[in-house]
Amino acid sequence: MSILINESTRVVTQGITGKTGQFHTRMCREYANGRECFVAGVHPAKAGQDFEGIPIFASVADARAKTGANTSVIYVPPAGAAAAIWEAVEADLDLVICITEGIPVRDMIEVRDRMRKQNRRTILVGPNCPGVITPDEIKIGIMPGHIHRKGRIGVVSRSGTLTYEAVAQLTELGLGQSTAVGIGGDPVNGLKHIDVLRLFNDDPDTDAVVMIGEIGGSDEETAALWARDNMKKPVVGFIAGVTAPPGKRMGHAGAIISGGKGTADEKLEVMEACGMRVTRNPAEMGKLLKAAL
Amino acid sequence: MKVHEYQAKEILRSFGVTTPRGIACFSVDEAVKAAESLGGSVWVVKAQIHAGGRGKGGGVKVARSPAEVKDWAGRILGMQLVTHQTGPEGQKVRRLLVEEGADIRKELYLGLVVDRVTQQVCVMASSEGGMDIEEVAANTPDRIHKVYVDPDAGLSDTEADDLSRKIGIPDASVSQARTILQALYRAFWETDASLAEINPLVLTGDGRVIALDAKMNFDSNALYRHPDIVAMRDLDEEDPAEIEASKFDLSYISLDGNIGCLVNGAGLAMATMDTIKLYGGSPANFLDVGGGATAEKVTEAFKIMLRNPNLKAILVNIFGGIMKCDTIAEGVVAAARDVRLSVPLVVRMKGTNEDIGKRILADSGLPIITANNMAEAAERVVAATRG
Repeated sequence: MSILINESTRVVTQGITGKTGQFHTRMCREYANGRECFVAGVHPAKAGQDFEGIPIFASVADARAKTGANTSVIYVPPAGAAAAIWEAVEADLDLVICITEGIPVRDMIEVRDRMRKQNRRTILVGPNCPGVITPDEIKIGIMPGHIHRKGRIGVVSRSGTLTYEAVAQLTELGLGQSTAVGIGGDPVNGLKHIDVLRLFNDDPDTDAVVMIGEIGGSDEETAALWARDNMKKPVVGFIAGVTAPPGKRMGHAGAIISGGKGTADEKLEVMEACGMRVTRNPAEMGKLLKAAL
Repeated sequence: MKVHEYQAKEILRSFGVTTPRGIACFSVDEAVKAAESLGGSVWVVKAQIHAGGRGKGGGVKVARSPAEVKDWAGRILGMQLVTHQTGPEGQKVRRLLVEEGADIRKELYLGLVVDRVTQQVCVMASSEGGMDIEEVAANTPDRIHKVYVDPDAGLSDTEADDLSRKIGIPDASVSQARTILQALYRAFWETDASLAEINPLVLTGDGRVIALDAKMNFDSNALYRHPDIVAMRDLDEEDPAEIEASKFDLSYISLDGNIGCLVNGAGLAMATMDTIKLYGGSPANFLDVGGGATAEKVTEAFKIMLRNPNLKAILVNIFGGIMKCDTIAEGVVAAARDVRLSVPLVVRMKGTNEDIGKRILADSGLPIITANNMAEAAERVVAATRG
């Protein structure tokens, strides 16, 4: 098993006709069961056409009705990305994974507010994230598939390449992954660390979790406090940005220490106090996890 | 993106927030003329730089005659204003705001931010205005009152009035405060602000409520819908290296160490800086070349790093995923030749086409130090700075 996605997931791609969407749709289709999993694309003006054999529909609702797609991945440019998320939510999909970077925060506040008020069941991952992968089954997003290996370690992270770094270390040590989830680097997003820890905790095929965070906000602390009281599996952690100066946005929109809050040291202390093993050396994430098993 | 106080006040006034009357000035003559045209007998001469803490640094002065306005304007314009936010070198003052004086009875605080937990705008108000709000939050958190605003409804009358009463605004002035609070919220929301702060908000002797100071930051992802705000950008207030990097779509931040870092991905870039520190070194910059780095981008990144006179060595840390290691290796070799690299270069590459990348580096004949993992790379680059 795994969390969020597996070989029976059926994916509709929003933004399939753009350059990024095309490139990554090809890569995802070539990975594991991609040919069966990637069943539809959406473009309002190109309905009836196809992208290399993947049929294009006018809307997500249409794609769902005609193909049984239950998950969407979004590569739509920032100005239209929040509307794309909402379209997938309205189509009542199980899961929406938004890769797009650079969505205005106000747009995200509005779409998240609407999801809450209408009590929507759709789960959002991202935006500004690499996506989700369940090795040897399905890859939805922009991560390099070949570094992953099927196994029993869960990975959750706000960053892209740093996640790949952790995954590669695990794979080198012979530790495969159940699922790796990139929750994204934006301040207003969908799933947070705590939500993904919950899913891993309930997944019989995950034995331990690597949790990677970075400066800004307090999501890692919230997750650590929850884990202290509820998590039945070891969690090891790393927080990027110990050397980041306050008040400066470090690449990701959400990676900023503001008002003295959201420092890496603060997060590491809370995580440690809650029983997580943490390291200040990102080259040792894999080793740390191995030691915790 | 940040703007100056006078620009923030301009925006806030357009939404109906009351501020003192004032005029932005670029010279001493303009400052004197501004005081004359404002009239009255008391003026405030305020340095306009993006950093906070201007008053404590000596950048805000009260003048009681046009001669005093001239005197203060002469002293403040052109000074290197040092505050807790500028760093020890300070920031040169190029603009002034001359305002009419206010009769201050009470100083209060208002601040708006996006709260990441509730995913709503949080309005904060405090009776402890004029002070550093971070200190208030740390020492007397019960004096900060918060409202999380429903984005459909906006800040309601009841919420606004309740906040006003909690921070000690007298009944007679509550309706005025409501106007300001609601206007401030609308300004924040409609301009895609990421921060709005009025510190202090003052209650005057005659019961008026006025925004005496104003600070606004904006969501850079939303600037495309606010050309009027983009026009307010003051490049003199920004780091030239960061401006140059942004032209090439590179995410760069200057730091005070001596090891340049070139990394793909923001999280890995931060982690690389942290590793350098862990091995006793100090990063000169944060630099994320992004997912689609080309040889040109890598060359530009090298040029920007090499402009830093403190630079002693460079560490390139690439996790090749979609971006292939051989592409990056070619870029690094081309850049090193192009800029006639004069400092030691350590390269760590991992991922797609790693072996081809490493061979390109080895065959280049350039004195590139390679490393197999992040820790080794950090150790080697720190050693290189020590010669």
